[in-house]
Amino acid sequence: MEKTDTNISGVCTPAPGEAGKTGEWRDARPVIDPAKCIPEVKGKPACFLCWLYCPEGVVTMTIPVTIDMDYCKGCGICAEECPAKAIQMVREVDIDE
Amino acid sequence: MSDVRIITGNEAAALAVKRAEPGVIAAYPITPQTKLAEVLSEYVEKGELKAEYVRVESEHSSMTVCISASTVGARVFTATSSNGLLYMHEQLHWAAGSRLPVVMCCVNRGVGAPWSIFNDQQDSFSQRDTGWIQLYCRDNQEILDTVLQAYRIAEEVYLPVMVCYDGFVLSHTMMPVDVPDAGLVKQFLPPYTPHTILSPEDPKTINPVFFASRRENADGVLCDGYMEMRYKMQAAFDRSRSVITAASDEWAQLSGRNHGGMIWEYMTEDADLLLTGMGSIATEATLAADALRVEGIRAGVVGIRAFRPFPKEEIAQAFAQARAIAVFEKCISYGYEGGVCSDLKAALYGTDIRAPIHNYISGLGGRDVKTRELVEAARTTFEAALAGDAENKTIWLNCHTGVRD
Repeated sequence: MEKTDTNISGVCTPAPGEAGKTGEWRDARPVIDPAKCIPEVKGKPACFLCWLYCPEGVVTMTIPVTIDMDYCKGCGICAEECPAKAIQMVREVDIDE
Repeated sequence: MSDVRIITGNEAAALAVKRAEPGVIAAYPITPQTKLAEVLSEYVEKGELKAEYVRVESEHSSMTVCISASTVGARVFTATSSNGLLYMHEQLHWAAGSRLPVVMCCVNRGVGAPWSIFNDQQDSFSQRDTGWIQLYCRDNQEILDTVLQAYRIAEEVYLPVMVCYDGFVLSHTMMPVDVPDAGLVKQFLPPYTPHTILSPEDPKTINPVFFASRRENADGVLCDGYMEMRYKMQAAFDRSRSVITAASDEWAQLSGRNHGGMIWEYMTEDADLLLTGMGSIATEATLAADALRVEGIRAGVVGIRAFRPFPKEEIAQAFAQARAIAVFEKCISYGYEGGVCSDLKAALYGTDIRAPIHNYISGLGGRDVKTRELVEAARTTFEAALAGDAENKTIWLNCHTGVRD
């Protein structure tokens, strides 16, 4: 038998995926150029403005910086904020997979 | 031992709230509710009631405080009237949708514009579809007992309850009221058990955006969509009918006072002519029924105590033998007729009841309605039925309706 929710009010537990895989909404994705990304170039934790500004919290504060494409909605804020212009927004239709 | 006091409706409500021991009270004063808010703040200030009294800047905030406090597990209370209730409108939906057992008194007052501080029931009537149970009281004793029952009902079906009583007619009129002792109330009213509780130990998001369809959450549990949540509310209303009746019966056993569950009846057994209404106008109708019986007309009264959920089945039973029906009500659905009358007609549809129904729009903005005027109106209804006039009518009682433009 399927597990069903018995809540009588609208309650959910904060967890990735509570609202479904929102990455499906994306029509352009951020692509990071490691040759320009400041933490990678310097080899130490620095900048991370993309992590700070991402409204979805899908950017990691790691070297290299990674982005969870399951939930990235493709808003482009990271690309806009990157001081090194290391992030390009590429249309999903132009991505070969 | 009984403790009978001569008090106003507002004081009766305040005493009931004191006995129910809410943890949080937030009320913004508005005529004719003001005394209720004042008396409660006095109880808190004197330490007679161990509650947090939150002073708010508006009714919208008072309801929001109640919602928040209820969400973290407190029993709550607020009260308002008229435009104050209208200002709460959005939060009324929010309380009901969150399934929080908020109890509120609506001290019925006409709605502006133009301003009126006097009584009618347009305020609570206009909040009919917010998902609140609405109970109407006919005297001060019933106000006290209904507030206590309201907590029982709300906390059992997880729906907010609005206890409505007429401004000035009850709120500022003194009557003898038997005040139950704290032990008796404790026996009747178990502590509030929240269905969902917001706590830092167990973080949850309450009322996020719901999508139209059902969907699985991160743990693979299939969660309800918006429409399922709405269906659950309606199912809770269906269940609340028996809960309202049970709360009334149980309180009657403990206190010896029974005000009826969904409806109450006065001399209806052999009645040909039935008068009906909600609140103090229905009390007045009992005096009219007495007077009509002196004239030889077998009249009775069906008082509507629960407006939502609407007592469909009880009404179909109570009106089964009626030959004429007079509905007296202090509200109107503009462009149609009195709201109680519409619901009454809908409840009778599909039954064998064919009695003509006269809808008397009465007492708006405090316009006086005397017993003799109810008698006259009901007699007219009865005579029309006897003369074979089957037409349903809407009549403005005590109102100059000559067309002047």
